Amino acid sequence: MYDFTFSKPTTLPDALKLLATDDEAKALAGGQTFIPVLKQRLNKPTQVIDLSALGLGGITTEGDTITIGAMSNHHSIMSDPNIQARIPGLAKMASWIGDTQVRHRGTMGGSLANNDPAACYPAAVLALGATIHTDHRSIHADDYFQGMFTTALEPGELITKISFPIPELSNYEKFRNPASRYAMVGVFVARGPAGIRVAVTGAGQGGVFRHTEMEQALAKNWSPEAIKDIKTPSDNLNGDIHASPEYRAHLITIMAKRAIAAA
Amino acid sequence: MPQVSLTVNGTHHTVEVEGRTLLVELLREKLHLTGTHVGCDTSQCGACVVHVDGKSVKACTILALQAQGTDILTIEGLAAPDGTLHPMQEMFREHHALQCGFCTPGMVMSAIDLVTLHPQGLSETEIREGLEGNLCRCTGYHNIVKAIAAAWPLMQPQPAMAAE
Repeated sequence: MYDFTFSKPTTLPDALKLLATDDEAKALAGGQTFIPVLKQRLNKPTQVIDLSALGLGGITTEGDTITIGAMSNHHSIMSDPNIQARIPGLAKMASWIGDTQVRHRGTMGGSLANNDPAACYPAAVLALGATIHTDHRSIHADDYFQGMFTTALEPGELITKISFPIPELSNYEKFRNPASRYAMVGVFVARGPAGIRVAVTGAGQGGVFRHTEMEQALAKNWSPEAIKDIKTPSDNLNGDIHASPEYRAHLITIMAKRAIAAA
Repeated sequence: MPQVSLTVNGTHHTVEVEGRTLLVELLREKLHLTGTHVGCDTSQCGACVVHVDGKSVKACTILALQAQGTDILTIEGLAAPDGTLHPMQEMFREHHALQCGFCTPGMVMSAIDLVTLHPQGLSETEIREGLEGNLCRCTGYHNIVKAIAAAWPLMQPQPAMAAE
């Protein structure tokens, strides 16, 4: 790892100032992706700004919305009784990320800022029509994800919290890479205030995407039967040593059917 | 050079580190606590698991400076000062839950956290799934699972003895 200056500001304005005054500074959330990236020398920041002392944790339920602080870790999200009861698909998703030790450190804000094409949370955020709040604005999920490792975030902008409208039904199914636990294909289905939505992660070359053909079929008939014959074109899907685009296309229908059946 | 102050196995330390120093490097190279191992260095094998403020984490995936002010427990901190083993260590020995022993410190630290996270009981499936962050290339896991199941009751608060 290349060396860098480490700092741990205690207020959001201080953190933003550090990031604004140095183009090569990087924010550190849980570090479960970023530290491995640094170890591989894929990134060479001058400064690493630890966000853990900014008070960005905490999960609250108010009315029809659950709001998750950006620095909430996966373990706290999967263990939260309100999330378990009201957005069970999200609790299940968090419980399947990495392993216990990774879940104790990795955060939702970090995952969303990185927008790995095989990360899980983008599928929940997009399917549930969540809103990503930053230090100076709110971004709807539909506008946030802009391609592989690309988001609407500007340089130096920090996610502070994510608010999820509580759905009637939600579920997630994931075909895991057996070594990394990342999604080879993950499908989140939701029926609620944002409508009927199906979001697919792990498969698309441009990262997470909505499966509108499945959404339309499910709007007419919310059942696995309604989507069983839907074929996803493999043109824009990822192919690698783990799965071909055609296999991923096949897995999308299987994962979606399972998610609907158990929602 | 920046300094980090933390408590390791009950002893307070203040150590000079670089920004890039990992917690596992601090433990092994500065404090010479070499029971915590580095197996893969890619956050997958779990040989480096320690407890930070009571929660199991991979010490190869946290910077030493992130551990400022924390309370760290490593494998060296488990046994009593007189050498009496922690129940989890004792059950690993009893059930022959190791062969080469390289993964064992991380296994034991993860297993203790697993028991702590399941006060209501721990099924074999939960043990096997709970070890997903720890790799063992010798045992086939069978005896590790047995050892953890045997340690669970020993780690529960003991009911007070009924008065005669």
